[in-house]
Amino acid sequence: MQSKMKESDPILEVENLSASTDNLPILKGVSLTVYPGEIHAIMGRNGCGKSTLSKIIAGHPSYSITNGDIKFLGENINSLEPEERSQSGIFLGFQYPIEIPGVSNLEFLRVSTNARRKFLNKEELDIFDFEELVKEKLEIVKMDHAFLSRSVNQGFSGGEKKRNEILQMALLEPKIAILDETDSGLDIDALRIVASGIKKISNAQTGIILITHYQRLLDEIKPNYVHVMSDGQIIKTGESDLALELEEKGYEWTDNFIKET
Amino acid sequence: MVNENLVKDAVKEPYKYGFVTDIETEKIEKGLNEDIIRLISQKKEEPKFLLDFRLKAFKKWQKMKEPDWAALGYKKIDYQDIIYYSAPKQKEKISSLDEVDPKLLETFDKLGIPLTEQKKLTNVAVDAVFDSVSIATTFREELAEHGVIFCSISEAVKNHADLIEKYLGTVVPASDNYFAALNSAVFSDGSFVYIPKGVSCPMDLSSYFRINSGDSGQFERTLIIAEESSSVSYLEGCTAPMFDTNTLHAAVVELIALDDATIKYSTVQNWYAGDEAGIGGIFNFVTKRGKCLGRRSKISWSQVETGSAITWKYPSCLLLGEESVGEFYSVALTNNLQQADTGTKMIHIGPKTKSTIVSKGISAGNSKNSYRGLVKMGTKATGSRNYSQCDSMLIGDQASANTFPYIKSQQANSEIEHEASTCRISEDQLFYLQSRGIEFEEAVSMMVSGFCRDVFNQLPMEFAAEADKLLALKLEGSVG
Repeated sequence: MQSKMKESDPILEVENLSASTDNLPILKGVSLTVYPGEIHAIMGRNGCGKSTLSKIIAGHPSYSITNGDIKFLGENINSLEPEERSQSGIFLGFQYPIEIPGVSNLEFLRVSTNARRKFLNKEELDIFDFEELVKEKLEIVKMDHAFLSRSVNQGFSGGEKKRNEILQMALLEPKIAILDETDSGLDIDALRIVASGIKKISNAQTGIILITHYQRLLDEIKPNYVHVMSDGQIIKTGESDLALELEEKGYEWTDNFIKET
Repeated sequence: MVNENLVKDAVKEPYKYGFVTDIETEKIEKGLNEDIIRLISQKKEEPKFLLDFRLKAFKKWQKMKEPDWAALGYKKIDYQDIIYYSAPKQKEKISSLDEVDPKLLETFDKLGIPLTEQKKLTNVAVDAVFDSVSIATTFREELAEHGVIFCSISEAVKNHADLIEKYLGTVVPASDNYFAALNSAVFSDGSFVYIPKGVSCPMDLSSYFRINSGDSGQFERTLIIAEESSSVSYLEGCTAPMFDTNTLHAAVVELIALDDATIKYSTVQNWYAGDEAGIGGIFNFVTKRGKCLGRRSKISWSQVETGSAITWKYPSCLLLGEESVGEFYSVALTNNLQQADTGTKMIHIGPKTKSTIVSKGISAGNSKNSYRGLVKMGTKATGSRNYSQCDSMLIGDQASANTFPYIKSQQANSEIEHEASTCRISEDQLFYLQSRGIEFEEAVSMMVSGFCRDVFNQLPMEFAAEADKLLALKLEGSVG
């Protein structure tokens, strides 16, 4: 399936991953490999485990891995802290970005960016240099400078929160970005801004996983692969036309699939 | 969970002011009676009016009962088991800093309060109090040029007896409460500030209180008088060594602001809080009150309370003058087994008086943190306003937070507004910050200082940075 990229090493390898929270199994043997330059879409009903998969890759402490491995750039990251994963280049765009009262967005973005830069042995940015950098990145998501002086996500509209996520992605320049329903709650204009932002940030070296319910994001960002998840498993993988077929026939159509190996 | 180990490692962060200075001290015998009070007064060569003040207070205290209404639990204090006067031995009369025991200077150096001419802080005048006595006060001559008096209260008793006699006990009368009565009977030293009419004090004034001795109490007394159209910003810092016994600290602070005068009083309280098991620590029973006597007088309290095993403290304002203003900005942080019952009283007496209360309580570990505040509108307080905001943040699931707002209004034409909230640092918030590369500890301290932002903004610059660091240090690893 992944023939065209096979000369380079994969960015992310999820191998037969099972995970649970409060002893409740959520993922039941998920495998997924992402090579540089690839865009993968994961679709599926609410509760199928797609958000959980993204959180586990980012290291959310509420889930424990019961079986399988997550490898990033060939290294097993099962036991890494979330901050270590972020610093090394894994980015999770939240479905519901969290509000942090009192913490200025600008300071948050700067501390976050510097954590990544430090990992990359790049010079950490002072307030003035960061200001320059962030101005440039704000363009990508067409955000107003005023957003920076507000508290992190506090009082942001749904669309503003999502754009703030993409702004973070732009600043952190991750190796792999997992975008969890970044399209939900966006109007058409905001969707276009977000989609074009994602395209500008990604390149031949980065991998992207789009978790979505809808075709409309995939119209803007064409995936190389589409995976359908159900009950903690990937039950079907295809190319971008699979998403179209899914849109047409609904998830009921997928209920009949037997898990592909 | 991974986080729990982090907690255990970091909670062991030592209290960095916990050292004891090995110095010869002059202590009187333990216990409290009239003779002890006469002895203290005699040692300080006090005029008769002050001895009478003390004895009267002592008589009142003997008839009073220790208050038990606060949400605090502690072992009964044995008042006969405390030394009421302890002073480092030094030359009788000290005329310059060169004659101060180098060990004392070194102690304050270590605490970040250099006193010597070469090293002293350039923008703040400091009165350094060690156990029962004031060691040194910097910038006195410079301040005197502006007519500002800044000295220890013992010196003020000698050199400015008229002011002391006129104002001492007028804001916090000896009979006010149990601990104020005790302080009035046995107070040893503290700071005295007098800002003359029309003078805006050219630099911040500060007192640094250091408890060194383990078995003696500290009973300091501070009096600040701001004459008409004057202003002053006063800072107070406190630390103590780590002892496994509890030390009693019962201070009284009185502020007087006349017409158009402004007093800004900021405290960073970091007395030793006891260890993780709640052994040791300072019992901090403090009465702080300011009187806005004139028109448009303004008194603003800001406090960052992080230390002490027990904190019982309600810096208050009596708003007498028309259009006078009272403010209270507080951050109280408790961890491990600390208990704090703190807040304010805003007593609106004059018309068009205004008060603002912003209280941020953070409870971590097994600690208990209560806000207790009274807003009272008297019959003449027409057109007066109060705004109160009390927020609590809980860290972990063993800590508790309470809010006890008391409102008494005898004036229909006045406004009282009260907002309260409780929040918890959620796992989701932590994960969000961590997933952006921010370390766990830093994520916690970012959120806590974000929570305290409104109060930190009120602190003098150098204090705000200090307070931020202090909270981060105190909280390290307290999130589970």
